[in-house]
Amino acid sequence: MLTFLTYAVLVVFVAGFVWKIALYARSPAPLLIPTTPAPVTYLGVKMRLMREVVFFESLFKADKLLWALGYAFHVTMLLVLIRHIRYFFETMPPYFEEYQIIGKLAGFAMVGALALLMARRILIDRVRHISSIADHLILLLFLGIGGSGLLMDYALRPDIIAIKRAMTTLWTSPEAALSVTGPGDVLFILHLIMVAVLLLIIPFSKLMHMDGIFFSPSRNQVDNPREKRHINPWNRD
Amino acid sequence: MAHDHEVPELLDDIKTPALKPGSMGHLAPYPATEKHMKPLGFPDARVPDWEKRAVEKMGEMLKKYRSLQVYMDICVKCGACTDKCHYFLGTGDPNNMPVQRAELMRSVYRRYFTVGGRMFPGLVKARDFDEETLKQWFTYYHQCSQCRRCSVFCPYGIDTAEISMAAREIMDAIGVGHKYTAEIVNKVHDIGNNLGIPKPALSGTLQFLEDDMLENTGHEIKLPLDQEGAEVLLITPSADFFSEPHIQSLMGYAKVFHQAGISYTISSYASEAANFGMFIGSFEQKKKIAKRVAEQARALKVKRIVVGECGHAWRVAYSFWNTLNGPFDYLDPRYPVPQHICEFTHDLMQKGALTFDKEANDAYVVTMHDSCNVARASRMGSHPGGQFTIPRDLIRATCNHFVDMDEDTIHEKTLCCGGGGGLLTDELMDLRIKGAMPRVTALKRVMDEHKVNFLALICAICKAQFNKILPMYGIPMDTVGGVHQLVSNAIQLGTNKGIV
Repeated sequence: MLTFLTYAVLVVFVAGFVWKIALYARSPAPLLIPTTPAPVTYLGVKMRLMREVVFFESLFKADKLLWALGYAFHVTMLLVLIRHIRYFFETMPPYFEEYQIIGKLAGFAMVGALALLMARRILIDRVRHISSIADHLILLLFLGIGGSGLLMDYALRPDIIAIKRAMTTLWTSPEAALSVTGPGDVLFILHLIMVAVLLLIIPFSKLMHMDGIFFSPSRNQVDNPREKRHINPWNRD
Repeated sequence: MAHDHEVPELLDDIKTPALKPGSMGHLAPYPATEKHMKPLGFPDARVPDWEKRAVEKMGEMLKKYRSLQVYMDICVKCGACTDKCHYFLGTGDPNNMPVQRAELMRSVYRRYFTVGGRMFPGLVKARDFDEETLKQWFTYYHQCSQCRRCSVFCPYGIDTAEISMAAREIMDAIGVGHKYTAEIVNKVHDIGNNLGIPKPALSGTLQFLEDDMLENTGHEIKLPLDQEGAEVLLITPSADFFSEPHIQSLMGYAKVFHQAGISYTISSYASEAANFGMFIGSFEQKKKIAKRVAEQARALKVKRIVVGECGHAWRVAYSFWNTLNGPFDYLDPRYPVPQHICEFTHDLMQKGALTFDKEANDAYVVTMHDSCNVARASRMGSHPGGQFTIPRDLIRATCNHFVDMDEDTIHEKTLCCGGGGGLLTDELMDLRIKGAMPRVTALKRVMDEHKVNFLALICAICKAQFNKILPMYGIPMDTVGGVHQLVSNAIQLGTNKGIV
């Protein structure tokens, strides 16, 4: 059952994600509207997008505290995800053992950053004003995923051998069953369900900012309207 | 008039205000009437099934504008933009925070175009397009000057200007228009310029200015009109022909052409650089207005087009003309099309064709206000940021005393004058006064600290707005002037003539 649901979620996630990318890619850009000063070459635009994605350049200009919290959250999430690779492969290269400590620290930092982001959303009147229930719930979902992960690591350990067997064989033997024998295993199933919910809402929510940034005309266009005529696809003459 | 309005007290620095919900909810512009809507192809009154029609129009726009589709989807409501809009800083109204202004449309988008909003409207703050929503749209999408300051700071570059333009186009499509902008677009189509100056009046004014310059300088400086075969077609905002201090810059351009020995002409048919088609968000209107220029460039057989001091006009000219009415392959390929008057003068200066006497401007300590559309939606010269350095180079070449305002209020972070985006109308005076507050705060500081007494501008709207607003803050009207006004004062006529 769990296997089937996991597959179903993955299908919706991938299909939704691809659908949104296709939608953005196929929407026409009638005019050149980069926020200037903007790069005058394609290479420059790639660098601009890289700086946005890797360093959150614009956010840094806007708000240093928010940048620090947002950046900490995104980077630690990446580190935590990297640590998860070991649950999907039978054997890991030996140096991955060294990575454990980084992954663990990142887990705490991630939950801490999320808690502060949540506090910010509630405490600053301007940010509270613009927030919907959904904005709070998404943060809570991340906190739930991160919190349950930490709990499994340090308090209620699930049967990690069984989980790893299930995960590594998902592709070949969907029957590999999870046995629920202790509170840790319940926690794991909860963790898994929350991740599934997250994957389900990604294509249909603001979480699509992860690919939308690459399609934002104010950031991805070259500032060369005089040098090269830009054609409006729905008004060509 | 000035006494009817409350003018905010200036503090030492720009402070983020506490939220004052609804404080600007009363201030909507005058609606356009049948007389102005019909000729533009918009319904002459609100259409019967306007709720449905607006949503359909939004669907059409989403398919035509990637910006709108992406910007509707990806805002994470991080709040980075919430303290960046000059109208929010001046009013404290939360609907003037860029994200909240966009939410007025996003909430409708979610209701009709997303799974979440169809199924759980309460959860994601989705709302129907109804009377109350339309009222808020009409009010707050006319409290955005489309200056793009928010888009600089947004981690995804979400540009509220795109959203407010789309909102205005959707409202026009259901017959709910803005009188001031609709009226002006009509005037361009009917007469050729925003001010509605017919050819005889224009020609009389130019004649008068020529006489004036002859008397003051002893040189026969021409302001030619409709002269076929001239080298350059000068397209400038019509305010340059009739308003103070704009007219001073016009004389500056004329002196530059005269001194460089380059023939040029103004066109009575295309006697307007401004393009209010952009303010109402209509691609078709933008194109139709700009077409007058392309037609005149052919008809008058010029080789180059130079654009005068005007912010949004420069955006349309620089960024859009080539798409709208290009290619300009019938013009001289050695020069960019179009060229900004500052680029033009700067070029000549570098070639040694112009000589300046800086002492002529010694009475002034000058600062420069970067106009939003020039700063964040265009370029000058060949390098990014030339729009900041080229006008400043001209000021430094013509003045001994120049100082910049606080770095968070210039260049790409410049603050709007408060009158852009089609809001330069008297019924919105309260908004214009409050929206100017952040800029005036930064200006007042350099006035106090460095004795600045001249605010150099390259935008007709900025000039008109500050001319009216600065006196309300106790700053003399003659503080306001154009960059080419300084050029006009300093240029040495009759020397080095003809090096080109």
